[in-house]
Amino acid sequence: MHSTEHLGPRKIIGFFDGTVFITETVLLALIIAAVMIIFALLSARKLEREPKGLQLIAEIIVSTIYNFTTRTMGEKNKKFAPYIGTLFIFLLLANSAGLFGFRPVTADVNTAFALSIITFCLIQASSMKSKGIKGHIKHYGDPYPFMFPIKIIEDVAFPISLAFRLFGNITGGMIVMALAFQGLESLSRNLGSKIPFLQFLIPLPLNLFFDVFEPILQAFIFTMLTMSFVTMATMGHEDH
Amino acid sequence: MNLVTPEAFVLGLSAIGAAFTMVAAFGIGIGQGLVGMKGVEGVSRQPEAKADILQTMLVGQAVTETTGIFAFIISIILLFANPFIGML
Repeated sequence: MHSTEHLGPRKIIGFFDGTVFITETVLLALIIAAVMIIFALLSARKLEREPKGLQLIAEIIVSTIYNFTTRTMGEKNKKFAPYIGTLFIFLLLANSAGLFGFRPVTADVNTAFALSIITFCLIQASSMKSKGIKGHIKHYGDPYPFMFPIKIIEDVAFPISLAFRLFGNITGGMIVMALAFQGLESLSRNLGSKIPFLQFLIPLPLNLFFDVFEPILQAFIFTMLTMSFVTMATMGHEDH
Repeated sequence: MNLVTPEAFVLGLSAIGAAFTMVAAFGIGIGQGLVGMKGVEGVSRQPEAKADILQTMLVGQAVTETTGIFAFIISIILLFANPFIGML
């Protein structure tokens, strides 16, 4: 599937003379988005009171996400649930694209940073909306004014660490899978066969860990940290 | 006596540096193990709260892993996208 010669994303479509291009990461992310949109449209075609089929699956997903969000963020933050749900499902599908033979979408630094920049903007905007712009700036000066640069650094370092955590974990998994596949192929070539028959069932436990468990865990961690920081931003400080 | 070319020197030291950076994994192992220890103790004291404790423990372990991931990224950059070759 993957080899260790090309570890970066390949450029697929080039416009003009090749300076503007679309990589396979962007293409796969667009395909994932299209799959999610088509599933959403198909499952809400004819809404019935007794759901069955696709509508049942969609209702289970939506109600689970809403329960999870209200349990973690409180009842009044229910309006963040659509973003949290989209983030979680997109991360699930994007991290585990290795299961289908593609290069994982979030194994590209750009995707990880795009998602964490959206989270950063959400945190700043919700903090400004709940405290007012003056309150938001004054919050950096609590409790002592000399902590102003420290708090700014903390606010900027959070999305950077969020993005690098996601990118590092998924890229590490991808490299280990590539090494394992290449090792099995050269081993079966040394045993004298042209077809890499050792790649048949042996990588399955590695696939189970790096392409099923690790994507779910990383998606969960990203979503959980987003929710915690948005809650802390909207809560303000009740004891001041 | 043959001299080492500058490119070979840079590549060789980059390889040593990339391997040496991953000593950070020592700290991750201890840190995540401590979090796991407290998680298991919490579950043993109150088995009804197992789902909540498990969730909190996983979040704690993933945040502890972050600095090790930073070391891993530096290692990968030194091995596969070495910036020092272009500066020669």
